[in-house]
Amino acid sequence: MIRALLLRDIQLATRAGGSAALALAFFAAVATLVPLGVGADLKLLARIAAGVLWVAAVLAALLSLDRLFQADFEDGSLDLIALSPLSMETVSATKIAAHWLTTGLPLTVLSPLLGLMFGLPPEAYLILALSLLIGTPAVSALGAIGAGLTLSIRRGGLILPLLVLPLLAPAVIFGAGAVQATLDGISNGALLLLGAFSLAAVVLSPFAAAAAVRLNLAG
Amino acid sequence: MASLFALANPKRFMDLSAALLPWLAAAAALCLAAGLILGFLAPPDYQQGDTVKLMFLHVPAAWTAMMAYGVLAAASFVGLVWRHPLADVAAKSAAPLGAVFTVLGLVTGSLWGRPMWGAWWVWDARLTSFLLLLFLYLGYIALWNAIEDELRAARAAAILGLVGAVLLPIIEYSVNWQTLHQGESIFRAGGPTIAGVFLWPLGFSALGYSLLFFTLWTVRIRTEILERRLRAVLLMGAA
Repeated sequence: MIRALLLRDIQLATRAGGSAALALAFFAAVATLVPLGVGADLKLLARIAAGVLWVAAVLAALLSLDRLFQADFEDGSLDLIALSPLSMETVSATKIAAHWLTTGLPLTVLSPLLGLMFGLPPEAYLILALSLLIGTPAVSALGAIGAGLTLSIRRGGLILPLLVLPLLAPAVIFGAGAVQATLDGISNGALLLLGAFSLAAVVLSPFAAAAAVRLNLAG
Repeated sequence: MASLFALANPKRFMDLSAALLPWLAAAAALCLAAGLILGFLAPPDYQQGDTVKLMFLHVPAAWTAMMAYGVLAAASFVGLVWRHPLADVAAKSAAPLGAVFTVLGLVTGSLWGRPMWGAWWVWDARLTSFLLLLFLYLGYIALWNAIEDELRAARAAAILGLVGAVLLPIIEYSVNWQTLHQGESIFRAGGPTIAGVFLWPLGFSALGYSLLFFTLWTVRIRTEILERRLRAVLLMGAA
């Protein structure tokens, strides 16, 4: 049943009108605007690449988060899912996984290419991709809490970033910090900290997200 | 704990808070006045000159802003676990106050930073984590305002408040990790390293700020309760 829900969400995100391709395009478009804004100096771009790409990835992932529960809420399927034997925590975890597989993972795969265009050396853009691989699950997980909380708000997509972005500061700091350390040729354990943060977020968020969804379904 | 549950009765809360409020306000005013006067009498610092006196306004504001989040999280927890409306009201009332104290801390910090660091804003760990704290407060307030159903808004805001409380130390840690920061100078093993002539006004000022917070908090809770009663009465009249 978990598998059915996971496949359904992935199909919804990848078929026509889905959010997966849009997130990727948004990520690439933001990353393209930055060199236009700050100038084409490759040395400067390499310094800021990690931060810019991390922020762009977080924003791209946020783009589709507000529909995580809301689309199912509006057409009534969330009520049916809630009636199924699956606990809401499992449903949340499954939806987080589906969201990550359709946004976080593609963003990770695309990131070395953008890193290359920003003038990052190979070892740095591989670390960038690794940090996104480790960190983006936290973005999906913490974002799901925001998505659950803003479920019944008609324009929840506007308030969601304000709720979630401050919570994602550690992911951006550790993620970009890992790449920065690679550029500087030092090791600062940022990837380990990022991994710890991400694991904790993935384990704990489904409970908070489920509580948020439940309170919006009741009554 | 028993007295806490007794307080949970809105009627009893209104009676008790009405009796307590003038004393609380007077104590706040006294402590603030003492802090300010002692602060002005304090000698200029050998390094920072007269600008050190901003500390008596800045540091307590920052402490109070953090305390307000603690209060908010505790009230959120009580509201979520025991489903008590008064706790919901208490959490809701703490948020705008916390936001204002955070802004106060940021503004005074910025005024202090200009002569000290030569810039209105530096991406120092404390400043950055305070800016993020402000966003947490704003998000919390926005969520309350966005959900029309009062009960649902209270639950959602309480969940957000608790998630924020869990993540705040991690955010603080990550920001500290990124930037170099100055070490603790007051709460540390081996006693404070700050001179007594600065410690006294700081202590009074901190007490005054905290009391001011509790005074305003009580006023806001009372106002919210009265507002809800008024709405209930108006609804009864309309029916």
